[in-house]
Amino acid sequence: MAPELGHLAVIVALVLSLAGAGFGLAGAGLGRRRWMRAAVSVTFGQAVFVALGFAVLVWAFLADDFSVAYAAHNSNSLLPWHYKISAVWGAHEGSLLLWTLIMTLWMSAVALWGTRLPPDFLARALGVMGLLNCGFLSFLLLTSNPFERLLPLPPGDGSDLNPLLQDFGLIVHPPMLYTGYVGLAVPFAFAVAALLSGRLDSAWARWSRPWTNVAWAFLTLGIALGSWWAYYELGWGGWWFWDPVENASFMPWLAATALVHSLAVTEKRGAFKSWTLLLALTAFSLSLLGAFIVRSGVLTSVHAFAVDPARGLFILAFLAVVVGGALALFGVRGAAAWSPVRYALLSREAFLLLNNLLLVVALGVVLLGTLYPLAYEAASGGDKISIGPPWFNRFFVPLMMAAAAALGIGPFLGWKRSNLRRLARRLLACFVTASGLAALFGLLLGGSLSWAGGAALVLGLWIAAAHGLDLVRRRRIGGPPPPLAYWGMSLAHLGFAVSLLGVALTHELSVEKDVRMSPGEVANHGGVAFRFDGVVQVAGPNYRAERGLFEIADGERRLQLTPEKRRYVVSGSLMTEAAIDPGFFKDIYVSLGEPLDNGDWAVRVYVKPFVRWIWFGALMMALGGVLAVADKRYRRLRSHSSAVRPVAAGQLSGVKAPV
Amino acid sequence: MRPALFTPLVVFLVILLLGYIGFQLEDPHRLPSALVGKPFPDFAAQRLEGGDGALVGREDLLGSPTLVNVWATWCPTCRAEHEELLRIRASAPVRIIGVNYKDDPAKARRWLRDYGDPYEFNLVDPDGALGVELGVYGAPETFLLNAAGEVVFKQVGAITESVWRRELAPRLAALGVAVSAAPNARPADASAAFSATPAAPQQSDVGSR
Repeated sequence: MAPELGHLAVIVALVLSLAGAGFGLAGAGLGRRRWMRAAVSVTFGQAVFVALGFAVLVWAFLADDFSVAYAAHNSNSLLPWHYKISAVWGAHEGSLLLWTLIMTLWMSAVALWGTRLPPDFLARALGVMGLLNCGFLSFLLLTSNPFERLLPLPPGDGSDLNPLLQDFGLIVHPPMLYTGYVGLAVPFAFAVAALLSGRLDSAWARWSRPWTNVAWAFLTLGIALGSWWAYYELGWGGWWFWDPVENASFMPWLAATALVHSLAVTEKRGAFKSWTLLLALTAFSLSLLGAFIVRSGVLTSVHAFAVDPARGLFILAFLAVVVGGALALFGVRGAAAWSPVRYALLSREAFLLLNNLLLVVALGVVLLGTLYPLAYEAASGGDKISIGPPWFNRFFVPLMMAAAAALGIGPFLGWKRSNLRRLARRLLACFVTASGLAALFGLLLGGSLSWAGGAALVLGLWIAAAHGLDLVRRRRIGGPPPPLAYWGMSLAHLGFAVSLLGVALTHELSVEKDVRMSPGEVANHGGVAFRFDGVVQVAGPNYRAERGLFEIADGERRLQLTPEKRRYVVSGSLMTEAAIDPGFFKDIYVSLGEPLDNGDWAVRVYVKPFVRWIWFGALMMALGGVLAVADKRYRRLRSHSSAVRPVAAGQLSGVKAPV
Repeated sequence: MRPALFTPLVVFLVILLLGYIGFQLEDPHRLPSALVGKPFPDFAAQRLEGGDGALVGREDLLGSPTLVNVWATWCPTCRAEHEELLRIRASAPVRIIGVNYKDDPAKARRWLRDYGDPYEFNLVDPDGALGVELGVYGAPETFLLNAAGEVVFKQVGAITESVWRRELAPRLAALGVAVSAAPNARPADASAAFSATPAAPQQSDVGSR
């Protein structure tokens, strides 16, 4: 009975989403206050009913109700309870329900915190989001119903969750990623609402900024978690593979990153208005495109997403309506956003434009690399080609280097124009600091860096020096302490530098060895001594394993690592559990290969310096984005354009306004 | 109204059209590969296992029905597929020959040591030249050859338990190989979190006898 109630709740939510879209859009269009208020109430209703449906599905998993087909396929009575919950989003149907739940939560947040927005703007935004949610819910109900039953003969037990997914990283990765994907619907809805109303001043940019930041922060975390999981679970030290599914999440991230920056210009200076609108539309469209790529089977040839024509066609039609409609609206109304704003070449505007250009070109590269094989196949009538990581790296690395170089200049630039001589002096100071530190580091390493690695090292330090110097300068000038938004920006930029250093140094300095080791033997690699103490047999709850015993001496530090080779009893699948000693400066990684004669083993040892910085930097970026939202100026709200005020204030005090 | 502002719409429509065409191309009713029904192309490749250094050619694939599996260590899906291949190796008397595609041989050998080796032997295709001959789009891909070396079927994407049960096992049975659908059926798909259809172990075993 319960699953049917869940099914019914989702149907009610679908009806409510239609009602919300109607009340919101028509109410704002006709100026009916009561309808607009109804749109807000209906929004909360959607959240309640989707949450109800989700709770029912979670209960089916927790209570081992294997008459629910989805639970039977993805759970098992022996699964620990926390994996039972995460198994709810372990496959397509449940993850789609999670997606709609997150969508309604974002909508409720907008309804809750948007009370100070003009009522017609809020109603339009909620109406647009209601329309989107209506699409998601129809997709769920028509093609991917998670409440389907296996009656009258339910199986005695479920077929269990894939062991690869029984893992912390994959418990939290999808919710984070979806929160980011779906969160981009908010700036999308705001942009459409602004276009519909025709009021294209900077106010909508101001309202969009906090939402965009939070969505972007979640997307950043989600991607970083996925990369981290790939590193420790898929093994062999890789952390990014440029496969279409990764690219599907990376493209909206690049667009959202550009959006975060361009929103700043639009809000503060009233410039780039139509560009910012377009980015807001693009970022969410790419989220949807990502969903299409992952779930439709268009690119299934590369990765294992089973083809379901009905689903693919639905998403394609949905994309056509949503993205096509929004872009057509942009074409018709976007011209109203045009406003000439003057700025010099050496100005914050110009550098933010450069940032946007670099990010969008990078986005183009990823998009092309992902879709080109498809285009080629379509054009040639069935011939296929593939595009691999070297292709992506060839374009992407120089673009990110250029972005890093510009990022070291950005903090010194004021709006409108900057003094070249003063700028040159500061940049020289930064450059000398960065090169000096890099040289020192190079000496410590014994000069084993390549040119590209050295350049990346200098650039990372250059960003750090620039932001540090700017902070010192602000302190010296005195005045009020920098606002939270400034700290957020600096933290995020430092995060970028940290990730950059992590990528470059890991790439340059990693030691990866395959060695044959006898019990008692000691091997030295990358400044770390590994002593192999043999292999013992252990039995886990659902597997048998051979566990290698390793004593590691890293300088003064002594530690034990115990990698395992597991055979899962039920499926017979073999999994290699590497043992990783995570560290701020380096990871030590040991995994068992195969047994050789005389008790010898083939052993894989990695020393990966600074690899953790990649994800640590992403964490800093996300925190920075959230920190900027906590700035108190977002708690004040002006319905008028705010383009003028902060700049005037900034010029008076001689301190530029924070981005 | 400025015409330039419609550029994004036009770009999007082109992408959409591509998506639609791509979708049609992936239509399961169409022949998925030009090679199906034709002989496997001639080639000469090194063996991953080294051996005496002699090249392997098309004639080494003849004699009995054979699965030719294109894989690489940089391909996470191959890692998931690997379990299924091991199961097939254990449960069905069919040769599995690997094509290690655009990969580092050292990493590939390490992979086989770590995760088990379902292959009779592996061809090395470091620059993807053989892949071009085969019309390979990416890894993993699998060709089913009959004893005469003709391509009977091509699977694009991972072999999962359901692919084995629905596509491969019946065809192998038709070629005279004694197969049974894999026992302990379970989704062998690392990407199951995002995959469209979870394997359905409750369904009847089409290919068993």
